[in-house]
Amino acid sequence: MKKIIKYSLLDILRNRVILAYTALLAVVSISLFMMEDNPAKAVMSLMNISLLIVPLVSSIFCTIYLYNSAEFIELLVAQPIRRSRLLWGVYLGMITALLIALIMGIGLPLLILQPTVSGLSLFLTSAALTIVFSSLATLSAVLTRDKAKGIGVSLLLWFYFTFIYDGIVLLVLFQMADYPLETTMIGMSMLNPIDLGRIGMLLQLDISAMMGLTGALFQDFFGNGFGAILVILVMIGWMTIPVLFAIRRFKNKDL
Amino acid sequence: MIIATNVQKKFGRLVALDSISLSCNKGQTIALIGPNGSGKTTFIKCLLGMVIPDSGFITVNQENIHRTWEYRQHIGYMPQISRFPDNMTIEQVIDMVRDIRYKPGQQLDEELIEAFDLTRMYGKRMRTLSGGTRQKVSACLAFLFKPDILILDEPTAGLDPVASEILKAKILKEKAKGKLTLITSHVLSDLDDLVSELIYLQEGQLRFHESVAELQKKTGEAKLNRVMAQIMLQKTAQR
Repeated sequence: MKKIIKYSLLDILRNRVILAYTALLAVVSISLFMMEDNPAKAVMSLMNISLLIVPLVSSIFCTIYLYNSAEFIELLVAQPIRRSRLLWGVYLGMITALLIALIMGIGLPLLILQPTVSGLSLFLTSAALTIVFSSLATLSAVLTRDKAKGIGVSLLLWFYFTFIYDGIVLLVLFQMADYPLETTMIGMSMLNPIDLGRIGMLLQLDISAMMGLTGALFQDFFGNGFGAILVILVMIGWMTIPVLFAIRRFKNKDL
Repeated sequence: MIIATNVQKKFGRLVALDSISLSCNKGQTIALIGPNGSGKTTFIKCLLGMVIPDSGFITVNQENIHRTWEYRQHIGYMPQISRFPDNMTIEQVIDMVRDIRYKPGQQLDEELIEAFDLTRMYGKRMRTLSGGTRQKVSACLAFLFKPDILILDEPTAGLDPVASEILKAKILKEKAKGKLTLITSHVLSDLDDLVSELIYLQEGQLRFHESVAELQKKTGEAKLNRVMAQIMLQKTAQR
């Protein structure tokens, strides 16, 4: 499996897309710190941008890469290699490449310009979202044979978690305004990795007071040890469950 | 070495393989023939575990291949359409497969690489190669690890006459070493001096599996395409 990771990583790093992604992240993070006087505000803006860009690029890149490496996969399934190891190798290669880009683009600027806990948690949140969306993209690429359809599914998933889901949450909030929904909100936030990342970040930045009663409740729930562990577990679930499904499906796929 | 029992595969409504049972032994060179869409490639893909049969099972060296992968180290496969990662050079592809598949102490067979003079083109990227050159790379990879079983899907398609003769000579040489070779081809004259057995598939069904000598005796013809023509004529006459 190490060798497959090695070869797909080498292949990806030769790809210009990943270089462009690194450059984009670096330009955004450095320029934000240049423009803002208050570094905490800069972290906040960087969070908003990275919550948008990182999942989008991760899911599109992984879907396209998996379709493009169909030849590589086809060549290797006829070799004495376990099929699950093959997909694991390509998947881990993709995540490694994206994480390297993230370290170069966001991690290093943060380390130099804002080496605080909030900076670290911004980096960790982006890293977690990279893995979650690569995992979802792998699932959609394995499930659909058609390239256009697969990319469409990944885009739709990104769109759903970024916009549609929040719309649904707002709708529920307004429709049920007469009921106490605070605990329901906590439950609903678990169902969306991006929201989970955002809440975690906001609590780090100590601005949860601005979110009213729900914010206080979030602070109370996510701030304590149990809540934090639960968030980490749910995130790990989001990272692993889709890719495990993908690998199970891939093992039985006719190529 | 290979025993297939009641292998069945459907793609949607299409029955690609309809309870195929056959056995192939060491030292044989078997031609897998049949019209387009008769299930030859599907059967080969089942052997390699690329397509998973709906029912029935296949054993290679007395081991059921369902969901295993170790048996593939005994198989060299040359696909009908060779697809390679576009950005890699010939050398990188060969090195990669060697790196992934190599076991310490294993001897490699680089005869074909030399015979096709591929080292001269090592730096070329796969995307720039012609179909014939891709086939050559694919053939080299199939023979590289000295496998006991060779599966060649349309090996001579796209090869020029010189390369095609080199490949045939290589197949004969491996046959003499007692290896099992499965070849599919539509060009029967290519198979003439190579094969010892014929497997004929039609519409996913096994029509017959007989030795060439037997068939030649039955039909009174020497050349394979004449033999096949005779058999087809007899079949239609029987109807």
